[in-house]
Amino acid sequence: MSTTPDGEPQAPGESAPAFHHLVPPEAFSGVRREWSREIIATMDPDSDWAIIGVKRRGAVLSERLRKDVEAAGKTVEYGEVDIALYRDDFHLDASPQVHGTEIDFSVEDKSILLVDDVLSTGRTVRAALNVILDFGRPKKIFLAVLVDRGADHRELPIAANFVGAALRTESDDRVQVRLVEMGDPADSVDLQPHGLARKGLSRNGRPESGPAE
Amino acid sequence: MVWTRKHLLGLEDLSREEILFLLDTAEKFKEVSTRSIKKVPALRGRVVVNLFFEPSTRTRMSFELAAHRLSADVLNFSGSASSTVKGETLNDTAKNIEAMGIDIVVVRHNCAGAAYQLSNVLDSCVLNAGDGAHEHPTQALLDMYTIRETLGLKTGFEGLKVALVGDVSHSRVARSNIWGLQKLGAEVYAVGPSTLVPRGLARLGVKVSHSLDDVLPEIDVFNMLRIQKERQDTGLFPTIREYAKIFGLNGERMKRTKPEALVLHPGPINRGVELTPEVADGPRSVILEQVSNGLAVRMAGLYLVGRVGEAGSK
Repeated sequence: MSTTPDGEPQAPGESAPAFHHLVPPEAFSGVRREWSREIIATMDPDSDWAIIGVKRRGAVLSERLRKDVEAAGKTVEYGEVDIALYRDDFHLDASPQVHGTEIDFSVEDKSILLVDDVLSTGRTVRAALNVILDFGRPKKIFLAVLVDRGADHRELPIAANFVGAALRTESDDRVQVRLVEMGDPADSVDLQPHGLARKGLSRNGRPESGPAE
Repeated sequence: MVWTRKHLLGLEDLSREEILFLLDTAEKFKEVSTRSIKKVPALRGRVVVNLFFEPSTRTRMSFELAAHRLSADVLNFSGSASSTVKGETLNDTAKNIEAMGIDIVVVRHNCAGAAYQLSNVLDSCVLNAGDGAHEHPTQALLDMYTIRETLGLKTGFEGLKVALVGDVSHSRVARSNIWGLQKLGAEVYAVGPSTLVPRGLARLGVKVSHSLDDVLPEIDVFNMLRIQKERQDTGLFPTIREYAKIFGLNGERMKRTKPEALVLHPGPINRGVELTPEVADGPRSVILEQVSNGLAVRMAGLYLVGRVGEAGSK
């Protein structure tokens, strides 16, 4: 029996899984490492750096990025933000789970790398920027996303400084970054095309982190 | 777990999972108070009304600050000084205030069931901040939060022995604590003179004792209920001094407790009655932690019911 990307068993005889890999497991590591390498190469040593991941998948990627940065001999502060309390779409979702923000260092005058998995409308990034700015005044904030779905999806004037994979998608598609730390069978970037998205999980107006959050 | 409640009326009808979810959510809110800007926009544009028909300083201020930290606007209503003296009913007062366009009502009233009644007649979310001798859910939640945090308990309270000492009969704090603590698996003791501990508590699974000295060595957490001095004239106990001597925690008694036993008090303390100053200010007292945690617990409560109320209204 095969499974859907969400690990739900699929009845035998049903058509092929309702998703395909945009970045298959065998290519994922290469894309992510190249993204990491590019970020590290531009981190000037004169600044105080901090990495902040957007919970939860962005934070998994930021944790991996931190390991790469430290392996390259640089030290960084590290934090994670939860945008639950900063969302602008409360009326669309009545399951108010709060995962919590952890920024245990001063953001004043830091150069911050904000890390998320997918950039789509820009609303998650807007919320994450607000969280960080409530902790103080950083020197600069850079945005690093593994997947950029393109400017056509943007609802706010936000762009990423570092992009792992720029992918063209339709606005009704669902793009999900699969990560083993989140219980997924393998790392990959998957797409569920329009019309095949799960019932009740329309993506319109939602932050791009995906309904699994 | 998915939180689906629009009101927080008491712990009697909450499940163990809901109580743990509330405590977990409160833990996340504690961090907000450590930021340089101690505020999140979670309830921006919402209006919270503190509808207090009984005098209260700390609970009202705690709810008020919690609402401010969630960016809500706050109105304060104190019943004694207002329309109640002109004869307006509770429902009418609440409905009139609701007509101004509010979202969340925090109510304290000297009648048991007042919060429940308002939840039936209002469209707003209702949080019970104490109704008669019935329930005071946020106080019990902050007590449990403080116990859990101080003792480093990850999930439930299995094996923990908690004593509610004093005027259990008139205490809504005690009732909410009994419901909540038992759901989390703790063993609850009610300790006090027979005139202040209701008969029938044993049927709820509460162990009743009329001697604090007897239970001292086995208790992990002492929650010292406030003695209302005005009850002295009712003949329920002879004198404050005698009460303090038999049921007060003092330095000498603390030597006979477990070394790590905690001391809680819902405040305001009658120093020298429920606790001597050396105990109230001593190393095992977590009374001020209770107050700090109360803020996080109330933020969590306002946020959770507020989100459900908002989702339902659109």
